[in-house]
Amino acid sequence: MKRFFKRLWHWFDDRAGISVLLKPLIDHPVPPRGLWTYVFGSATLFMFTVQVVTGVALSLLYQPSSTTAYHSLEFITYQAKFGNALRSIHFYGASAMIIMVGVHMIQTYITASYKYPREMNWISGVFLLIFTIFMGFTGQLLRWDSNGVWSSVVAAQQLGRVPFIGTYLARLLLGGDTIGGQSLTRFFSYHVFIVPAFIFIFIGLHLWLVFRHGISELPKAGRLVDPKTYRKWYEDFLKKYSVPFWPHAAWRDVLFSSIIVILIILFAWLKGAPPLTDSPSLTSIHTSPAPDWYMVLFFALFALMPHKVESIAMTIGPLLTVIILFCIPFLSNRGERSPIRRPWAMFGVICVLVFVISLLLLGLKHPWSADFDAKPLTVAVARPGGIGATDSTVSRGVQLFYNKGCEYCHTINTYGGKAGPDLSTVGNRLTTQALVIRIVNGGGNMPAYGGILSTKDLQTLASFLSTQK
Amino acid sequence: MNTNDDIELKLKQEADEANIGRAEFITRVSLSIAAISAAVMAVPVVAALVAPLLERNRTFWRTVGHIDDFPVGTTRLVNFDNADAEQYAGMLTRSAAWLRHNEDQTFTAFAVNCTHLGCPVRWEEKAQLFMCPCHGGVYYKDGTVAAGPPPKRLPEYKVRINNQEIQLETAPLPITNI
Repeated sequence: MKRFFKRLWHWFDDRAGISVLLKPLIDHPVPPRGLWTYVFGSATLFMFTVQVVTGVALSLLYQPSSTTAYHSLEFITYQAKFGNALRSIHFYGASAMIIMVGVHMIQTYITASYKYPREMNWISGVFLLIFTIFMGFTGQLLRWDSNGVWSSVVAAQQLGRVPFIGTYLARLLLGGDTIGGQSLTRFFSYHVFIVPAFIFIFIGLHLWLVFRHGISELPKAGRLVDPKTYRKWYEDFLKKYSVPFWPHAAWRDVLFSSIIVILIILFAWLKGAPPLTDSPSLTSIHTSPAPDWYMVLFFALFALMPHKVESIAMTIGPLLTVIILFCIPFLSNRGERSPIRRPWAMFGVICVLVFVISLLLLGLKHPWSADFDAKPLTVAVARPGGIGATDSTVSRGVQLFYNKGCEYCHTINTYGGKAGPDLSTVGNRLTTQALVIRIVNGGGNMPAYGGILSTKDLQTLASFLSTQK
Repeated sequence: MNTNDDIELKLKQEADEANIGRAEFITRVSLSIAAISAAVMAVPVVAALVAPLLERNRTFWRTVGHIDDFPVGTTRLVNFDNADAEQYAGMLTRSAAWLRHNEDQTFTAFAVNCTHLGCPVRWEEKAQLFMCPCHGGVYYKDGTVAAGPPPKRLPEYKVRINNQEIQLETAPLPITNI
């Protein structure tokens, strides 16, 4: 029996040519040391596979129509067998893919693996990074809840800042004048057909290049890359030290990717997919659009940038980032690869990491947003510092503080928003007169209340605030 | 003998050249036919991709309410059908605007979209401010910027009064350019 199957396989393999095709890939020699540093690229590929499989499964349940998409999402989330699990895995798979792309890129930069002859590996990788981010964003829109709809409006606004053609780009994105019947079908096509097709093509190219130029060896301080001699040197190096990809390197890739998959399943199980917000409508305006965590970076950036340069930065920022990324292998494609000998490059990596992580953390808190859900301040809460103030001033002041919107941005004794300064002890810093001036004129990120408050209300509010010590 | 060989060789060369010429010609013709047919086929494909740019911008006047429903000094949310209100757009056939009955008896219809990044601003009646939930944009009751990142005042729709009915003119989603 065993012999029969063996013969069957030999016949099939001879006629189909499987071994001839795959053997060189499976056996291709890889540098023996530092194999754990190579797991991030394969993990990214693995995550992409997870996304394709779960995405196809979701497409069995999802309806890409402006009218019914939201209902089909409710169906997937609340009714379909394992539907919510599927959605969750697709969401955490996306998260993992974005993290892996980032880590893979940073690791490639740290070890300068983009240098000769692997410039095109880097460039195809930058394309894949852009596609991945685009997939993350469009995926979020496909939920087609109020968050998805308003996020598309935000995206159109960003495109609108591109000089000259901004309005046309925005129109192209939305599929017309406003969000309407054509918007969702376009996002669906981008997310499910067009961009994945490009990702397949570029992954093909990326992998072919890994195979063609070989996996780069771990850098060593003082061992310089010289385009004239590198290929020959690498060939000799492989002849002397290499191990075959399978199984010496591959088991690590498999193990690492499996751990990530287990983490995704755990997250999906314990935390679940992001909850659906309201049904999609441009008329339900009591919504606070906020992106998924991996887009929060941009959300934070737009809030914190100096407002004057923001419109320009919105176009130039991404453009410059992409240009710099494309240029990296051409700025230095030879010489030292060791991170120890490239202190400025390492300093740059640390700066980028600090920048990205702090924006992420800030964005998740978004303290700049007015807190419309702030609990109204009460006399009892405001009272502790308010010794000596008349009861009526405090009770009127507490009301005004909430009604006039002060509390959306300012906190008194933990009640209120965080966009503006905490006013719990403002009486120690400003006199009543100074408070009046401040309230009337506004300033910074505060509106001028001069034309909004009556003189009496203004005096009451200022007196009340001056009691908060 | 020699002459015969020469002639034969010459003939063969001529035949080869003719063949090469013919092969090249046929190749060029084939490629041209392929290119032309591909180009023709690409027209509707590209058209589908850029369709939104090819359509004409139409606008309509939409009635949003009766003049008596909006006391002087109030700002209220109104809904109206978009210009391209296809049935299959579902709930997204309609947009909203903030309609203000000004003290001088005129009406102003503000877009709900913040000029910063398009999030929907909400009218805070008691504070007399439009406030954006996203990045802290604030506008006064007349639509001018009060605070935060918005680069421009709130965009407005055209408003007219027709037989005591308030009508506003549809417009594309307001996009802020540089």
